[in-house]
Amino acid sequence: MSRSFFARNPSVLIFIAVLALFTLAVTMASEAAGSGALSTSFVKTLGKTLCLCLVALAMDLVWGYTGILSLGHMAFFGLGGYMIGMWLMYARTESIVAASMSNAAIPPTDQEIVDAIGTQIFGVVGSSEFPPVWAFADSLWMQLALVVLVPGALALAFGWLAFRSRVTGVYLSILTQAMTLALALYLFQNDSGLRGNNGLSGLQNIPGLTGVPQADVSLWFFWASAFALGAGYLLCAWVVSGKFGSVIRGIRDDEARVRFLGYSVEGYKLFVFTFTAVIAGIAGALYYPQAGIINPAEIAPIASIYLAVWVAIGGRGRLYGAVIGAAIVSLLSTMFTGGQVPNLPLGFYTIHWVDWWQVLLGLSFVLVTLFAPKGIGGLFDLVTGRRSPERHGADLGPDSGSFQEKEAEE
Amino acid sequence: MTKYLLAALAALMLCVGMAAAQDSPLQTLMQEHRALIEKASRKTIEPAIAALRDSGLPEAQTVLEKWQAKELWQRKEDGLFFFAEKLDGSAYQLIDIAGGGSVGEAEKSDLKQLKPNSGVRSLIGAALVQFQLLSPDRRKRVEALDAIQRDPAPEHLEALAGAIEEEPDAEIRARKERLVQLLTISFSDDETKRIEAINAFAGDTGVDARAALNPLLATTREAVAGDIPDGVNVANTLKPGQEEFSKEAAYDLLVTKDLAPRRISTADKRAALEANIVDGRVGGVPLAQLNTDGARERAYANLAEAGVVPPTATEAEVQAALDTHSFYDRYAEASIAVTDAARATLTSINTRVGLNQAADLTLDALSLASIYFLAAIGLAITFGVMGVINMAHGEFIMMGAYTGYVVQQVIPDYTVSILVALPLAFAVTFAAGVAMERLVIRWLYNRPLETLLATFGISIALQQLAKNIFGTQARPLTSPSWLDGALVFNDVVSISYIRIAIFVLALIFLGVFLFIMRRTRLGLEVRAVTQNPAMAASMGINPDRINMLTFGLGSGIAGIAGVAIGLYAKVTSELGSDYIVQSFMTVVVGGVGNIWGTLLGATMIGFLQKGIEWMNPSNTLAAQTYMIIFIIIFIQFRPRGIIALKGRAAGD
Amino acid sequence: MSQLLEVSGVSVSFDGFKAINNLSFSIGEAELRAIIGPNGAGKTTFMDIVTGKTRPDEGRVVWGALSQSLLRMSESQIAQAGIGRKFQRPTVFEDQSVYDNLMMALKKDRSPWRVLSFRPQAEDRGRIEELAAEIGLSDALDRKSGELSHGQKQWLEIGMLLAQEPKLLLVDEPAAGMTLAEREHTTDLLKQAAKTRAVVVVEHDMEFVRRLDCKVTVLHEGSVLAEGSLDHVTKNQDVIDVYLGR
Repeated sequence: MSRSFFARNPSVLIFIAVLALFTLAVTMASEAAGSGALSTSFVKTLGKTLCLCLVALAMDLVWGYTGILSLGHMAFFGLGGYMIGMWLMYARTESIVAASMSNAAIPPTDQEIVDAIGTQIFGVVGSSEFPPVWAFADSLWMQLALVVLVPGALALAFGWLAFRSRVTGVYLSILTQAMTLALALYLFQNDSGLRGNNGLSGLQNIPGLTGVPQADVSLWFFWASAFALGAGYLLCAWVVSGKFGSVIRGIRDDEARVRFLGYSVEGYKLFVFTFTAVIAGIAGALYYPQAGIINPAEIAPIASIYLAVWVAIGGRGRLYGAVIGAAIVSLLSTMFTGGQVPNLPLGFYTIHWVDWWQVLLGLSFVLVTLFAPKGIGGLFDLVTGRRSPERHGADLGPDSGSFQEKEAEE
Repeated sequence: MTKYLLAALAALMLCVGMAAAQDSPLQTLMQEHRALIEKASRKTIEPAIAALRDSGLPEAQTVLEKWQAKELWQRKEDGLFFFAEKLDGSAYQLIDIAGGGSVGEAEKSDLKQLKPNSGVRSLIGAALVQFQLLSPDRRKRVEALDAIQRDPAPEHLEALAGAIEEEPDAEIRARKERLVQLLTISFSDDETKRIEAINAFAGDTGVDARAALNPLLATTREAVAGDIPDGVNVANTLKPGQEEFSKEAAYDLLVTKDLAPRRISTADKRAALEANIVDGRVGGVPLAQLNTDGARERAYANLAEAGVVPPTATEAEVQAALDTHSFYDRYAEASIAVTDAARATLTSINTRVGLNQAADLTLDALSLASIYFLAAIGLAITFGVMGVINMAHGEFIMMGAYTGYVVQQVIPDYTVSILVALPLAFAVTFAAGVAMERLVIRWLYNRPLETLLATFGISIALQQLAKNIFGTQARPLTSPSWLDGALVFNDVVSISYIRIAIFVLALIFLGVFLFIMRRTRLGLEVRAVTQNPAMAASMGINPDRINMLTFGLGSGIAGIAGVAIGLYAKVTSELGSDYIVQSFMTVVVGGVGNIWGTLLGATMIGFLQKGIEWMNPSNTLAAQTYMIIFIIIFIQFRPRGIIALKGRAAGD
Repeated sequence: MSQLLEVSGVSVSFDGFKAINNLSFSIGEAELRAIIGPNGAGKTTFMDIVTGKTRPDEGRVVWGALSQSLLRMSESQIAQAGIGRKFQRPTVFEDQSVYDNLMMALKKDRSPWRVLSFRPQAEDRGRIEELAAEIGLSDALDRKSGELSHGQKQWLEIGMLLAQEPKLLLVDEPAAGMTLAEREHTTDLLKQAAKTRAVVVVEHDMEFVRRLDCKVTVLHEGSVLAEGSLDHVTKNQDVIDVYLGR
């Protein structure tokens, strides 16, 4: 038991190695630093996919390991995006405004600059005043701190309320869904202070880097995303490998038993919920500058449900499963909905994948749930020979929502 | 041939008519007032119109109408009045004003058209109203009243008052009396009468009463030097810098009243500075330093001193101006007694209106609650009774609505199609529910989170399928005409018949559900399977069958709810997802496994949403946000809903 | 001798059914006690109340030398205060190894931050091996506990209880489903444990109770019917009526 962390978790090393190779390969093939085999927009797509993998890791930690099916993590993801987006938009508008005002005969006062930025940003919602939530928008460091603090604080407050009253299982899922819906609806309002359904846009233009071509910027963000994913993977693997991992898996399988062992189940859930919300926020902060635009629709409950779908298809309860699921499903989604898959003529009817992808996804999701509850990650068990214990029909715990006999079987 | 015949006939008529035309009583009367009529002006015409109006002659009304419509002509040679019809060329056919028919032809140059100006025409109109008000035709009288109400004028008051006495119809009479009161408030010269009329409307919820009273209390903001002059009906005095009346607003008021000089605006100041840049300096201040308000202030003061720009009022001058003036709101209505009475009456009206609005809100909330109940009851069965989360429930609602739409395409009669659609929607969604239970859900019992996700998969597939089949645009589901309109209690409280129908439908469902669960074999078996499937199975109940039927029932009810919801909302593929979260909330708030809980939950959420909307009427989105937050907090105190199962049965 | 746990005048009802009715019970610091009673006597509910799972409608539950009230504490706080519970059905974390199960139960700081930074030391591993030897699972440390036999799971759970080092052990039907040899082993373990701490055993099986050789409390319809040695209570007419029917 004295073996090193990596010796006990060989998959971590493999993962990091694969991620490094992948990053290298993309770099070589990118327009900025290599052959240009991959277009800038595809590098962006890959970078975004890495961010989605990171948030899927968070989802796996909270759902696959701790057993909380949260339908709110994409809301934290979106909040992270909003926080960085506020700075991006403010700083960029500021540079534009300053440039246009420098031509004026009399140098502008600070207030005039702020007013002009306000008019630029909030003109679309018929306002020009900066709402209080933009108080720190001029400071990159404050907004970076908020990327972590805002999702963290929301998760902490919501989790404290929900876990304290012992809301579990599907109730909790529905409650998190309601939270997400409430947040999305709130942001949809024009007077929410975040430009209503217009959202924040032009985020791909990084202030101060206007001279740098998008090909370079996209590669930098790709690297940052890869680094964040690698670091996040290490961190998550470290969290779940030790006794903490034992406890949260115990909570997933039999919450009451863990309680009688003297662990404060609520505290642990709150910890995991908040921790993963922070990861989601960071992932969002890396995602949206690559996406270029964020609006409240991105936060709607459906996004969080898709997140659960990725993790389930990839295989929950194992970190690489979540990453694989998010990568495969989101990339396929992009291909199908982007019209990159040729239509399928059936003679009497032509299947346009743009229209039928959702149907395909929905049905394949049902099939995975029914026939392959371990998801794609379950395939690795065939290789490594990892087997589940034979339980003679007894379930793993009395807590509904835990792993049950059916899915624990090979 | 016919033409000549007609001409001959006309000539004959002319001979007979000529004599009558000259000496008909109406013509005589007109001739008496000939001078006034020829030189008609608003100030002088009154006696002529009054004479016509009060003449009691049957044709007087026609004459007035024609006169108003500029269709009255005068023959220059003898000054007689005629109606005229244009014939070929410049010839006109003259027609006797007293109904004597055609009286010959005349060249246009021999005739003069009477063209009363608008003032005169409106006087004529007022006179005509009296005729209409007394018209034997009930419809005409109502039209006249409508016209007056639409566009009340002082002239109507007397006419209306005179028309009450002879009114045979009680309803119209009441309306006339009310209108007289309203007109008295607005136009009477007699202050006592006005106050009486105002007081009569205390507690009246009619919109018309408020419309008549509100202008009396309209105010204009005034500013005068020194104290407020006597004899002005002051609504309230204002102090600059207090409450809603900022010093800036006060000074701006003084400026608009020309009581104080303009202050130069920031933009003008900036322009003035820009215009006076000398060698990179403005008023001696270097340009680069002009990025603060203070520096600009200084630069402008320097310029003003040099006389280059007009001086602007300083803070002290502004303050002094404010101190030497009085500010107040003045009522447009001069009489204090009238405004007082109006205020008192409006207060009493507003109290009554508030009560009625509460009643209206209650009705709205009830109808919203019944919609939520309808949407949630199927979910309560599957979620509550079976412990199965059906995320596709919303899509079953959508399927029901689309079934209704398709039926309407086939059966054009709306009443029949609705009657067909209801059972058909039930059948369709029942079948879909059973299929889903057989194929998916029964493999996932005891794995609620998986069920949630699997049914979600079905939900997105169904939604996209609906999009592929029916397109993204909203499809109408038209309600039969007998459901159009609303049950109106008064100007404030009303409820549309569709909402009543949905309310009734919700009640029927409650009854049916209770009947099935309490009085039928199926209900007994469902309850048995819910409580202990193994035991129920050993007693010869087939749990598979029961689960299947229960799920089908829940889904079928969703289908019917879909038809009902489709009737007042547009049918789109997203119809279901709009209701799913609220439905879950309803079930969770109410308490799982209890139909009364669902009812209470729906009621609570309905009332809550309407209540919040009422407090913040501009924003439905915010209302929903606050409601969800409220529910999250509510769950803190009652984690198992309003009606919670207690003890061991609740599990842990 | 001061009492470790004192339950007095406790009542609880579910939907009008009085599961516990004015129950009073106390146990000393190093004492073995058996609780017997027919089905529905309130044995499990009694344990639920002590461990904080169920809140009584009235009454007091006082713990330890400091006379803390357990009624205001959460389950985990009660467990940390030194009350360990073994459930009727063996509940171990089947997806995790025996070692992990025991490590989780080991008496250590339970706050999330500490657990996160916790790395087992040599002495912790030594303690676990010691415990494993005691419950006869030395060879099975790396196996998933789901693979264990029913009896082994029971022992593992007892081992986890011992690892918690509680002052009071509540054991619900420990011998259910065990072979004769396993029962004897279990009896020895419990008797051994009772030398240093209080142990309350809820049991149906009279033979097992006789083997424990300790004071017996008989519960019936939510209150104490009789108390004393097994021979004493089995002679009690009320107890005979309850067990044999009236």
